[in-house]
Amino acid sequence: MSPSQPLRKAQGGRIDRTRTVAFRFDGRRYLGHPGDTLASALLANGVKVMGRSMKLHRPRGVLSAGVEEPNALFSVDWGSGKIPSIRATVMPALDGLVAQSQNCFPSVNFDLGRALDFTHRLWPAGFYYKMFKWPSWRAFEWAVRRTAGIGRLPDGTDRTRYRHLNSHCDVLVVGSGPSGLAAALEAGRRGEDVLVVEQDVAFGGSLLHDPMAIDGAASDDWLEAALAELDGMDNVRLMANATAAGCYDHNLVTIHDRSAAYRSDGPVETFHKVRARRIVLATGATEQPMLFGNNDLPGIMLAGAVHAYVGRYAVNCGQRVAGVVNNDAGWHSLLAVHDAGTAVRAIVDTRGDVERELLDAAEERGIAVHPGATPLTARGSSGVRGLRFAAANETTKQVDCDLIAMSGGLNPTTQLYSQAGGKLRYDERRHCFVPDKDPADLDVVGAASGSFGWENGSSVRPCTVAPVRTGRQWVDFQHDVTAADIELAVRENYVSVEHMKRYTTAGMAVDQGKTSNLGVLSLLAQLTGRSPGEVGTTTARPQFMPVTMGAIAGNRRGDFYRPAKRLAAHDWHAGEGAVFDDYGAWKRPAFYGDDRDASIAREVLAVRQSVGFFDGSPLGKIEVKGPDAARFLDRIYVNNVLTLKPGRVRYGLMLNENGVVIDDGVFVRQDEDHFLVNTTSGNAERIAAWLEEWHQCEFFDMRLVLSNVTSQWAVATLAGPDARAVLQSLPGLIDLSTASFPHLRFAAGHLADGMPYRLQRVSFSGEQSYELSVPSNRAASIFERLQAAAGPGKLVPIGVEALMVLRTEKGFVHVGVDTDGTTNPLDIGFGAVVDRKQRDFIGARSLARPNDRRTDRRQLVGFELLDRNASVPAGAHFVTGSNGGRRSEGFVTSACDSPTLGRTIGIGLIEGGFGRKGEEVLVYDSGRNLPARIVDPCFYDPSGERMRA
Amino acid sequence: MLRIPCPYCGERDEAEFRYGGEVPGSIPQTDVGDQAWADYLFARDNPKGLVHERWCHSHGCGQWFNVVRDTVTHRIHAVYGAGEAPPVVDCSNESQADGGR
Amino acid sequence: MRGYSFPALVGRALRGHRGWPKAWRSAEPERSYDVIVIGAGGHGLATAYYLAKNHGITNVAVLEKGWLGGGNTGRNTQVTRSNYFWPQSAAFFERSLKLYENLSRELNFNVMLSQRGILTLAHSHHEMEALRRWTNAIRINGIDSEVMTPSEIGKLVPLLNLDARFPVHGGFIQRRGGISRHDAVAWGYARAANALGVSIVQQCEVTGFDIADGRVAGVTTSRGSIAAEKVCICVAGHTSVLAAKAGFRVPITSMALQAMVSEPIKPCLDTVVLSPAIHAYVSQSDRGELVLGGGADGYNSYAQRGGIPLLEENLAALIELFPAFSRLRLMRQWAGIVDITPDTTPIMGLTPVKNLYLSGGWGTGGYKAIPAGGETMAHTVAHDAPHPLIADFGLDRFESGALIDEGAASGVAH
Repeated sequence: MSPSQPLRKAQGGRIDRTRTVAFRFDGRRYLGHPGDTLASALLANGVKVMGRSMKLHRPRGVLSAGVEEPNALFSVDWGSGKIPSIRATVMPALDGLVAQSQNCFPSVNFDLGRALDFTHRLWPAGFYYKMFKWPSWRAFEWAVRRTAGIGRLPDGTDRTRYRHLNSHCDVLVVGSGPSGLAAALEAGRRGEDVLVVEQDVAFGGSLLHDPMAIDGAASDDWLEAALAELDGMDNVRLMANATAAGCYDHNLVTIHDRSAAYRSDGPVETFHKVRARRIVLATGATEQPMLFGNNDLPGIMLAGAVHAYVGRYAVNCGQRVAGVVNNDAGWHSLLAVHDAGTAVRAIVDTRGDVERELLDAAEERGIAVHPGATPLTARGSSGVRGLRFAAANETTKQVDCDLIAMSGGLNPTTQLYSQAGGKLRYDERRHCFVPDKDPADLDVVGAASGSFGWENGSSVRPCTVAPVRTGRQWVDFQHDVTAADIELAVRENYVSVEHMKRYTTAGMAVDQGKTSNLGVLSLLAQLTGRSPGEVGTTTARPQFMPVTMGAIAGNRRGDFYRPAKRLAAHDWHAGEGAVFDDYGAWKRPAFYGDDRDASIAREVLAVRQSVGFFDGSPLGKIEVKGPDAARFLDRIYVNNVLTLKPGRVRYGLMLNENGVVIDDGVFVRQDEDHFLVNTTSGNAERIAAWLEEWHQCEFFDMRLVLSNVTSQWAVATLAGPDARAVLQSLPGLIDLSTASFPHLRFAAGHLADGMPYRLQRVSFSGEQSYELSVPSNRAASIFERLQAAAGPGKLVPIGVEALMVLRTEKGFVHVGVDTDGTTNPLDIGFGAVVDRKQRDFIGARSLARPNDRRTDRRQLVGFELLDRNASVPAGAHFVTGSNGGRRSEGFVTSACDSPTLGRTIGIGLIEGGFGRKGEEVLVYDSGRNLPARIVDPCFYDPSGERMRA
Repeated sequence: MLRIPCPYCGERDEAEFRYGGEVPGSIPQTDVGDQAWADYLFARDNPKGLVHERWCHSHGCGQWFNVVRDTVTHRIHAVYGAGEAPPVVDCSNESQADGGR
Repeated sequence: MRGYSFPALVGRALRGHRGWPKAWRSAEPERSYDVIVIGAGGHGLATAYYLAKNHGITNVAVLEKGWLGGGNTGRNTQVTRSNYFWPQSAAFFERSLKLYENLSRELNFNVMLSQRGILTLAHSHHEMEALRRWTNAIRINGIDSEVMTPSEIGKLVPLLNLDARFPVHGGFIQRRGGISRHDAVAWGYARAANALGVSIVQQCEVTGFDIADGRVAGVTTSRGSIAAEKVCICVAGHTSVLAAKAGFRVPITSMALQAMVSEPIKPCLDTVVLSPAIHAYVSQSDRGELVLGGGADGYNSYAQRGGIPLLEENLAALIELFPAFSRLRLMRQWAGIVDITPDTTPIMGLTPVKNLYLSGGWGTGGYKAIPAGGETMAHTVAHDAPHPLIADFGLDRFESGALIDEGAASGVAH
């Protein structure tokens, strides 16, 4: 025996005594063995107080030996930074680990917060609803917030790698106790794909501390053989240290796998998404506490936990044990504990009709038994010293003890079952909720189904037998909810189980009520004269055990969070000094150079005076081909498609059925039955999908195919008076003279070196402009060739921001910027086009509604500030009136300090704008009011001469 | 996460699909009245129980098809092609009994 | 109604808290009422309360198929704000926020309104322009809002990763926005309405309407028929189901809107942070949990549970913005059924059936509207004409095309 572990038994247990681990708890160093949890190692070292409760700061010891633990929650650092609220009962005792108790100051053994406990009468359930109204909640909130919460935000950086794994199986077995392993063996032998998930570090469930005979063999032997057989089957996977946390639609189970979470060479947590044809829940049952006064003292534990600590970890949790039980499973634990060397002095059973067999077993061992007794209060302050109870003859008795092992009955662990849609039934005999009607493709076996094994003749009594006012009886340990709180809530008519939970917060702590929900229901039933079955349960939600949020997010972080689309020539742009910005999913050059404003101005002037080059590759390109292509697109566009001749280009608008402009761009008729649709860059995929939807769902009799070729073609846009000369220097290109290739024409062919190209003469800048498309993988090379052809420094690369200035000067709308989800084509000056079209198109009918025809709708206008030196951003509003009566008439949708015009101009939407040219208005931005004049939206070359030159 | 049987590719995870909403009525002629147009455009049955809806296997074959699904249990009862008549499904009462699989 | 106050609490503490009365009585259904409100969520209870308080109509029953406050009122992320773009929306939600500001005292029930500010982020130059348009609109509507630079945001929310995959370009804050306690709002209205004589009947599901000559005369329920002069439907999530029983269709789609909470930790986030572009939406409750608002699962649903794809997306977005949260654990995830309208604006007012009124289509944002929703619906029911604040929210807007598309204008749904 290690001298530092006074309560460790000399032998037994499933710990590796050949090795020790050293860890720290609250600054002190402790030793344990591999195989220990933090809780078992601390118990072996005689540590009793492990935490403080959330509300009243009561000292608390460990209650359980599993995931249900409400008290022993530590901040733990295993090289991970301090992670809050780790359950000591499941956290392996790792060498070098540092653990700290939570929610206490200055220490867990002396906590000033205990003052709240001494004044507890002022803080009954829901006290905050009744006070803190004056002067306002805000005045108190800061203080209340500081007392709430348990752990602290993790410190340091997260070194964990999170990954997702998807898999399928025929049978998913959750839990590896005897029932789970038996189910796995059966399915495995049938040749089915089996996955066994166990949240513990070891397989075996209760067998790990509670040996029994299975199929005539000792369970240790059976377990070994079963695991060996399963391990030998290729169709069976075994997964330990992994929790099935959620059950979702169509048999999807999520598993939080921590098997590599504590690795020092790079921890990994895996989030599995398993699609199972059949789910077998072998999730066992959770022992419930008994209710009696001071039942939260350190040294009061669940009987099964005491059994687990002595059986699995060889730790005596006390020297003199008193048992408080209402069921046979508790007896089983207590007898086993006694036989393992932890002396049980007395068993207080609330049932009068304890089986003879059990009474004999107690007598054999010299254990005093008090059947039909009522536990009253535990004595002690920071540890148990005794138990007072009322014997069957109603005399009050007392037993001295340093440990109370209680068992308020088992409750099947049915959270996943409920998430899967299973219905529960209240079992009057066992006093718990058991699966009733299994959902399809799901089975529950073993204790989870309500067959607990240790049942003799007498049924379980409710765990609530002492009168509610016998001392303070804790129902929810972590949130400090007592029987009196439940009683108060009942008195105030919070008698629906959900009201009860929310009003008292019982069951809402991090343990999610695993050891409190049944107690609440029993009390609520008792106090309202109903059966717990009538009271019903709250609905279990994912997660069964809290899951690391990083694990659920997976590797979608940083560059992997919605990965950016990069242009084919991204590196070329970077080499040119591009500053990139996010435009939808794309990273695109915003401008080139260091100074944003100066760069934009330089780029704009290059286009106006010589030639600029713009990478327009993200421009949406959708091919539409087939005998009905024209008829289809005529249904899609506001504009007339049928009259367009091959080789010609036309600008068009697309609406949704509500008549709202959703996209614009040119469409090209390459051939009689072959169109190329251009969409705005951000909308390419959306419009491609939208066209498919219309074709497949509504116009399925039209013969055509759609193909989104956006990423196949890179687009070099050359704009400016010198654009033609530069472009013409590419050998093999068609004659670009305006006579043979005027504005709004299209051509396709091959350059002299065989490179295929498509060329369209369209302009978003207002200058003579060509969009040359080449295969994407040739983007950088064609850019370089154009640059070389132009001569050093002549071809100026321009970014998105310069293009935005250019098109704003020209008054061209940018859909989604100058229009919003309410803008119809009439609002942006396409009323004549709409009215000319005699045939139906998407959105046409909506444009005939009264509201769409109102003349005071927001309509597209240009504006210029009266003060030539003033400036105003997009997002400013056109207002009337002044403070108080101010009203918005519309807003500036695009604005720029125009390098071409030397003043701030912009376009916007304003009520009745078409009829208000020349009117003076106020432009409002962040408290400033600037006078402006409404003008035509086109500020530059209104006749379009330069564009057509 | 739903498991949706694409009629062309087989059963796949919801993540591969795009939702198209309830199958709407047929598109009215342009001379329809405002009220009937609004009814077509906006009003939905939005049933609690079986719904006929459109899905597209967008990260697969790209095909749109129709699904008969229970909006309470999320169980999928039938799939059928775009433009086809819906199959008869008779299980409208099982909704509540089988909470969601 | 016995008052709730600190002295009252101290006084009763000395007597073991035995003196507290019921917060509301559990009424049994009677044969008839002047007004029946269907649905004892926040909106239904508030409507009943204001009917009694402002209009003296106290012979009112609120019928609830489950338990009061058990629908979306008890499932939302508790955010209150009035930073709306369109003047109609702004006026309505500002009225609601004003009522919230005095609600704890009005109801004598602490609803824990915490006006800690709601910060909306922009992640590109162009989003910043859109956000500026929105901010100016709010200010013109007479509501507080301030544009913030990235460095100001960094000071306010130190845990925020300004250099995320989508960097923070700026944002704006409505300082009067914040959170409150959803259950308290339902319970507070229930208690106050009850004190004014309103009957709250739980476990009473409306199964049909008694309609003659286009006029409602009562309802049939799981507990028998009940007559009423007027009936008001306040069953967000199930509006289509009730409307169908009354014989009309509504422009609503029901979907499961997800929300989730982390394990509770000590205070680390003092502001509500919202990123419309990244769909991250987080605050820290007074209990210490991080409360995350998700989106709606993308298909029709009446199942009050959420799926996995959205959960993953929400958490990825959150962690991209707040890397420090990656090692916290998610405790619970749930969903509520929300009524989504085509323009994300609620539907309030009259229906095709005479004396039958509707408050629904609250989408993802009905909680913040509870006080004004109740006040204006009470007025509407009492006068058989829409309250001026909700005159534009009627069903008729879908016919005229006069939608109020908040999402389209401000880039964020309600």
